[in-house]
Amino acid sequence: MLRFILSKLLYLIPTMLGITLVAFGFIRLLPGDPVLLMAGERGVSPERYAQISAQLGYDQPMWQQYFTYLGNLLQGDLGNSIVTKKPVLAEFLSLFPATVELALVAIVIATLIGVPVGVIAAIKRGSWFDQISMTGALVGFSMPIFWWGLLLIIFFSGVLQWTPVSGRISLMYFFPSVTGFMLIDSLISGQEGAFASAVSHLILPSIVLATIPLAVIARQTRSAMLEVMGEDYVRTAKAKGLPMRRVIGVHALRNAMIPVITTIGLQIGVLMAGAILTETIFSWPGIGKWMIDSISRRDYPVVQSGLLLIAGIVMVVNLIVDLTYGLINPRIRHK
Amino acid sequence: MSLFSTRFLAASAFALMAAAPLHAKTFVYCSEGSPEGFDPAPYTSGTTFDASGHAVYNRLVQFKPGTTEIEPALAESWEVSEDGLTYTFHLRKGVKFHSNDKFTPSRDFNADDVIFTFNRQANADDPWHQYIAGITYEYYSSMEMDKLIKSIEKVDDNTVKFTLNQPEAPFLANVAMPFVSIVSKEYADALDAAGTKEDLNNAPIGTGPFKFVAYQKDAVIRYQKNADYWGEAPKIDDLIFAITPDASVRLQKLKAGECHLMPYPSPADIADIRNDPNLKLDEQAGLNVGYLAYNTTVAPFDKPEVRKALNMAIDKKAIVDAVYQGDAEIAKNPIPPTMWSYSNAIEDDKYDPEAAKKMLEDAGVSGLTMEVWAMPVQRPYMPNARRTAELIQNDMSKVGVNVEIVSYEWGEYLKKSMEAGRKGAVILGWTGDNGDPDNFLTVLLSCAAATEGGANRAFWCNKEFSDLLAKAKSSSDHDERVKLYEEAQVIFKKEAPWATLAHSTQYVPMAKNVTGFVQSPLGDYTFETVDLAE
Repeated sequence: MLRFILSKLLYLIPTMLGITLVAFGFIRLLPGDPVLLMAGERGVSPERYAQISAQLGYDQPMWQQYFTYLGNLLQGDLGNSIVTKKPVLAEFLSLFPATVELALVAIVIATLIGVPVGVIAAIKRGSWFDQISMTGALVGFSMPIFWWGLLLIIFFSGVLQWTPVSGRISLMYFFPSVTGFMLIDSLISGQEGAFASAVSHLILPSIVLATIPLAVIARQTRSAMLEVMGEDYVRTAKAKGLPMRRVIGVHALRNAMIPVITTIGLQIGVLMAGAILTETIFSWPGIGKWMIDSISRRDYPVVQSGLLLIAGIVMVVNLIVDLTYGLINPRIRHK
Repeated sequence: MSLFSTRFLAASAFALMAAAPLHAKTFVYCSEGSPEGFDPAPYTSGTTFDASGHAVYNRLVQFKPGTTEIEPALAESWEVSEDGLTYTFHLRKGVKFHSNDKFTPSRDFNADDVIFTFNRQANADDPWHQYIAGITYEYYSSMEMDKLIKSIEKVDDNTVKFTLNQPEAPFLANVAMPFVSIVSKEYADALDAAGTKEDLNNAPIGTGPFKFVAYQKDAVIRYQKNADYWGEAPKIDDLIFAITPDASVRLQKLKAGECHLMPYPSPADIADIRNDPNLKLDEQAGLNVGYLAYNTTVAPFDKPEVRKALNMAIDKKAIVDAVYQGDAEIAKNPIPPTMWSYSNAIEDDKYDPEAAKKMLEDAGVSGLTMEVWAMPVQRPYMPNARRTAELIQNDMSKVGVNVEIVSYEWGEYLKKSMEAGRKGAVILGWTGDNGDPDNFLTVLLSCAAATEGGANRAFWCNKEFSDLLAKAKSSSDHDERVKLYEEAQVIFKKEAPWATLAHSTQYVPMAKNVTGFVQSPLGDYTFETVDLAE
């Protein structure tokens, strides 16, 4: 098992290196540069432009900039934002909990609804439930997130006034951030109603963020279940006269869950991408919105180090998924 | 600042708040973006100025609310020497800086603070010039304060003398701008001693109407009323900026009562806001202009009669109706009507395709194909450049001119449009910084600005025009300046380096119970006068 983990970890190194190269190149390939964007309509004189570029180190040849960046990374220095002048890591850490909180709630919603829906749809294959839920999944999967988010806000917050429009908690509540997770911090604060307020603020954004993963998980569960239900051991279990509950719950579902867990793990990356739009709509102070702002301002250090951090986290999550996969499916471990 | 000190700051700010009663009158502003920091000097965005310069700080002089007139602020009075080279400011006495949990001022505001404020931006050797690595003072250099100010002297604790290299009338308007907000020297010294210099940017201490309490990145900024304010104290107790980047979501928040006032509604929502019984809408002509700049150095646009003819081919009314949803005024001058010295006597080029066609023929232009550049971003002065370009394309086809619409990424657009020999005409615009006509005319149309790094995208260099501007700039006689700028506008109209398109209207939607909000022609959002009716 240890060798398995170590070999997986070793794979991370070249991948991370590749990501630094891609992130570094990608943001520089985009036309426009931070100095021009800061100057705006007014323009910037060539001397001033040269001066600022030199100050930021952008007058160096590209390869040299890249190696300076790598060298700094090895010393744990992720650089400072050009715009806010603050360390990228500090900004990331102050925003990341908000994204994690939203993503966790979304993946829990997607799993808790997606798996049962998929199972029922598979058992009652061809029924009206199967057809409606799978059509729903297709719609959910193709949903334009921005439009969907605004629609929910206008209906639930505007017309019905059931949920708040945006933000993480009512502005009435003000307490120090201990963990960065609003659900936990609001409980610790002991302020009456704070937790309920935090929950109510999470409802719409997490539904929006859960939409695509929910659709994917439901469809994946359904097809995995259908496949397993046709296997010999399930037929045997049925023939033995085991109650249906046991056949499905133990024999079929456990085996069907193997590809589903991989799917859920892969959704983490999707959630990070989905967070960019969801966070922008709901003014959610997380890393998605931060990346979007930084890309549009060509804030090179934030984009390259931010991408690296996000990619690193996605890879670690995938590694953990791989390991759990190994736990429930011994065949993988022993290969 | 490390993450831990941010947390600590928030925690101690909380302790500060907890001591105050929570039933206080709280005003929530749904702001459009996150401030880049709270030091007003190094940043250039209006969003940052609203959150730092306007809320927390004061300047030597300020713009009278709702106008671009200068009135005393931290300087009670000032004198300008005969030759216009020295400005002596007499500072207000008894002005207190804010305090926070780590700093309590031991003295009132004085001349040292003024000198500190300017020197740290002007002087590359100043220990505070680079207190954060990579920091630059863009406004200070782009307003050419470095070239303008020769020296700053402390005459006594309450008197400061500025000596200029050349007389410059807009100087007073410049020192009313947020980038020269007065920062406490004593606070800076305390931070230096504590080894936390960067807190100047994270935990601002000013003399302004509101004290900074806490900032949660990309989410919320909290302020508290400054009870010791030297001016009239704010009527609200707590001010909160709820950062909400999407205009539709801002409006939903306003409708749901989650905030009291919002900036920059999308033009498509204006009718809806007007019909909402719980909201009201404040409107004012903005201090801006949207224009189409020809390249006056490239044939056939080097001929004024060609430019004039093209101007007459453009149906500006159609653009105002379709692109600005009617919420703009047709522009005939390069400066907006709310600005002093605006010449109403000037007659706009009449929309007349037939006459335009004839003028082009007379000028020997036929079968002309030109580029029209459409900017890729939305700006208050230009809500949709692509649509504007399409309308112009359609208008031009009626006079036999074939238009190709081109666009680039925003940074590229700004750069390429200033490259010598650029083809075609560029859609762009400007929003005033300080309400002085010089801030439009010299920046956008002078010979000096017609070079790389300038902003004269018509590359139009008219000596007579530039001389008038230079003369107006060095005159301290207001009436004379008005006359000179009026003459300059006549030349501009005759020469037609631009097709002036529109001056857009600024809208501020707010809840019905908001009173006392004064819209700034400069697009600033300030809250010292607002109140909430019961």
